[in-house]
Amino acid sequence: MRDVAVVAFAQTAHSGHDTGLTEAETLHPVIEEVRRATGLSRFGFTCSGSCDYLAGAPFSFVSALDALGAWPPISESHVEMDAAFALYEAWVRLQHGDIDSALVYGFGKSSTGDLREVMTLQLDPYYLAPLGLDQVSYAALQAAALGGDRAELDEIVRRSRADGRANPHALDLPDPSGTEYEVEPLRPYDIAPITDGAAAVVLAAGDLARELAETPAYIGGIAHRIEPHYLGMRDLSRSPSAADAARAAGVGKGPVDVAELHVQFSHEEPMLRAALDLPEDTVINPSGGPLAANPVMAAGLIRLGEAARRILDGRARRAVAHATSGPCLQQNLVAVLESAPPSEEGARRG
Amino acid sequence: MGERCAVIGVGQTRYTTKRTDVSMAGLVREAALRALDDAGLTFADIDAVVVGKAPDMFEGVMMPEAYLADALGAAGKPMTRVHTAGSVGGSTALVGASLIQGGVHDRVLVVAFEKQSESNATWALSTHLPFGASLVVGAGGYFAPHIREYMRRSGAPDHIGALVAVKDRRNALKNPYAHLRIPGIDRAMVESTPMLWEPIRYLETCPSSDGACAIVLASEKAVTGTPAWIHGAAMRSEPLTRAGRETVSPQAGKDCAADVYRQAGVTDPRRDIDVAEVYVPFSWYEPMWLENLGFAPENEGWKLTEAGCTALDGDIPWNPSGGVLSSNPIGASGLIRFAEAALQVRGMAGEHQVEGAATALGHAYGGGAQFFAMWIVSNRKP
Amino acid sequence: MPSDPPSALSAGTTAAGPDPLEARHVLEFPGGYTRSTGPVIGRFLTELRDRRIVGVRTAGARVLVPPLEYDPDTGEAVTGEYVEVGPAGTVQAWAWVRAPRAGHPLDRPFAWATIRLDGADTSLVHAVDAGAAKAMRPGLRVRPRWRERPSGNITDIECFVPEVTMINAPVRAEYRVRPGAALTRFFTKIKDGVILGGRCATCDQVYVPYRTSCPSCGVLIQEEREVADTGTVTTFAINNLPDPRAPEVPFVSAYIMLDGADIPMIALVGGVPAHEVRQGMRVRAVWVPPEERTMSMANIRWFAPTGEPDVDLSAGVPGGGV
Repeated sequence: MRDVAVVAFAQTAHSGHDTGLTEAETLHPVIEEVRRATGLSRFGFTCSGSCDYLAGAPFSFVSALDALGAWPPISESHVEMDAAFALYEAWVRLQHGDIDSALVYGFGKSSTGDLREVMTLQLDPYYLAPLGLDQVSYAALQAAALGGDRAELDEIVRRSRADGRANPHALDLPDPSGTEYEVEPLRPYDIAPITDGAAAVVLAAGDLARELAETPAYIGGIAHRIEPHYLGMRDLSRSPSAADAARAAGVGKGPVDVAELHVQFSHEEPMLRAALDLPEDTVINPSGGPLAANPVMAAGLIRLGEAARRILDGRARRAVAHATSGPCLQQNLVAVLESAPPSEEGARRG
Repeated sequence: MGERCAVIGVGQTRYTTKRTDVSMAGLVREAALRALDDAGLTFADIDAVVVGKAPDMFEGVMMPEAYLADALGAAGKPMTRVHTAGSVGGSTALVGASLIQGGVHDRVLVVAFEKQSESNATWALSTHLPFGASLVVGAGGYFAPHIREYMRRSGAPDHIGALVAVKDRRNALKNPYAHLRIPGIDRAMVESTPMLWEPIRYLETCPSSDGACAIVLASEKAVTGTPAWIHGAAMRSEPLTRAGRETVSPQAGKDCAADVYRQAGVTDPRRDIDVAEVYVPFSWYEPMWLENLGFAPENEGWKLTEAGCTALDGDIPWNPSGGVLSSNPIGASGLIRFAEAALQVRGMAGEHQVEGAATALGHAYGGGAQFFAMWIVSNRKP
Repeated sequence: MPSDPPSALSAGTTAAGPDPLEARHVLEFPGGYTRSTGPVIGRFLTELRDRRIVGVRTAGARVLVPPLEYDPDTGEAVTGEYVEVGPAGTVQAWAWVRAPRAGHPLDRPFAWATIRLDGADTSLVHAVDAGAAKAMRPGLRVRPRWRERPSGNITDIECFVPEVTMINAPVRAEYRVRPGAALTRFFTKIKDGVILGGRCATCDQVYVPYRTSCPSCGVLIQEEREVADTGTVTTFAINNLPDPRAPEVPFVSAYIMLDGADIPMIALVGGVPAHEVRQGMRVRAVWVPPEERTMSMANIRWFAPTGEPDVDLSAGVPGGGV
């Protein structure tokens, strides 16, 4: 595998309410920021993630292309998934060897619709969606299946929100309080906040990575896996697809200083921690994670960006990033980011 | 280009207005099993699955790949969902091929579908957000002015569109999977149908279809059966609202073609390519794309159409399968072009086989003619 | 800082005011999607309509309920053997909904549960009407409460109820949509009868409607530029299919290059028979009276011919055009 690294990352100051900007207007500044940071105005490949049902109209990616200034025409593609999966596609494309740079971005405005019910629409359309099973409800079913410790979950939320308050890009959320349930066993604060935002990452391969960053965040391994869909036919207390992806990405091949996990509900943190088999001393979601800011369709990419940022600025030597898609962690992507190029030890691949 | 990659299996469903006998999963499964069967493989032989379709509003299922994972044997594997508007079928093939060209996987299943009968295409495509500044009136209303401008610039006679409509529907009669079957179709019949979005007549537009298409891609060492080798693969996108944008012959289409020709060593497409499956949803787009893709000089594409060059027995057959004008499950339509190109060079196109086809172009476009995906396949190893 | 209230308690606090620049936008296919079920799901729903619950056997002899078409473990098609299960079953895991939402099957507090029906090897997801959260527990025995008139939908089972005590698929997503910063600025000027564009300093092109970034250069557009309400029809379609925004059929939707702009807008052409519209025709906006103007494009009824001589398009499209 060719050495590919994250060399730049930018995200919006995420908002908990509609600021009156369109998705494309939200995105434009982060594209400008990664262009400035890398000095690149053109990229060998561009890939993005966004969602029509989140936007409320078909072709959400078309206006983003206009915000980008895609001229002369660019080599470009789009996934209807979190932009972390767009990053995977870009990483694969860089493996061809004919191009050296890629721009990846994702964006979403959850504030315009009702995220809980929009997410109902991704369920089996015969047996689950007609029941009106919403996102918080199916997450609560998973939390119940796990049977997590309340004090541990409260501490996860407290820590995530405190870290979020220290992160200028995350929301300012208070320490968790209140004993009422949203959908038992989930309390309102167990649920990631409604967030609008965007993020962009630049990947570079080979010599270009070293030219653009002093310590590029090399992708040591990256993989994703999906599992069956119907909730009643899965052991909801485990995430085998996250475990498989982590093994394929080589998470266990070394120490993990930091892990940024796509935790949209507090109980997902212990589940993912177990699935990824993370060491005790790994720092989880120092950015605050999605429990402090969850711009849907960008939140997974932000995990990769936040993990990479800690390699880029020298605070970590080996970091793990995780992104998810589908109901109850149905599909999971895991990446290992390292300060040393993988060619020195042979990259793991998906 | 990376590692060598070949199409080793193709599967299609019969395209039709309503496939009421199957679920969405049943529809995609049918195409996938046929593609696997063609390759002599089973789901167990597949490393990764890539799914493509147009906007989720067509079926009212958001990110349906999550629910389709079981039907496509994807459990335990990577699964990706591509969406690039009308070009998505082509882009999906390219994303699948990329996984092999990048050396990540050896066998990839690519599936694209649309089950338009679950709702209504016009509704799904016109669910615009409030606060538009422009008046957009459906795909036909969008493209009709560009066709009018082409007619003005090229001086093409009015009947060229009808000739394409007749030619593609006659080809469709030779394709067992094609949706529209209009025995005895001729120019007079096409010209007697009403103008929907003048200058586009009813029979000069594509149908709304249910259907799925699947292909199996393999690395060189994993090839089974009859391969169609990929010699070039490219995507290009350009902004919709750029000032001075050339909408009749978009630059992104020209650049995409130039890239794919360079990779494949094509210097004169009309001479070097034996057959093309090109995304023509409105009949006039055949002469327009003949020029955009370099098969004819500017303003002269219609002369090739008029002279019969693009007919099944012409020197450069376009859309022997009947094309988008005959079958249009939107999200799959691009992949069908790519798959039909592969069938031709594998010599497996049946009654609509172009004799001796060795090199073929697959083409798809989408959005406001701003997203392009193309590949060139050949029966020779690159 | 306030604590986190459950959603029902905060409902209403985000209610839209009379802001003319906030619109309700609903995505709802009229009449509901027409979903073909295929044989396996169809068999289940047919039995359900007859108030029977069946599972399907896999090649590995497991009984899947609800019947899936493909074995989630192996991906193989299931066998054609259907087995009646339940109707009673056992709750595996549950989640309590304190404040039901509009789309939920019950309008009072209830549980979502995974339920292992007797004779099944997998769990069905459904609602349990248990009255109170404390009535729920893993292992709870439940049986279905049937809808009065079953129709062949998963909701024919209204819900499950504890044993001891007692399709057509509407898809609707609702949004509150705002026009964005640039269009808001544009509409503010439209209300005053002015068409606002923006000039990109890098490529010297004037964009209409006003936008904040250049689609060609990708840079910020910082200069506002008013353009004329006169222009030239570059090309057009005559639409014979009705559209709610057009007064009649046929109607003309045209690309109009406004004087001073470098990109055409798409708008109606009126005040002239459709077949007399020409490429190169000069037109002027027909505005609604000032007192009827709002912050929307409806302020321009359509564009009507000015009577000036046509522009010769063979020399290139006015206002740029490559």
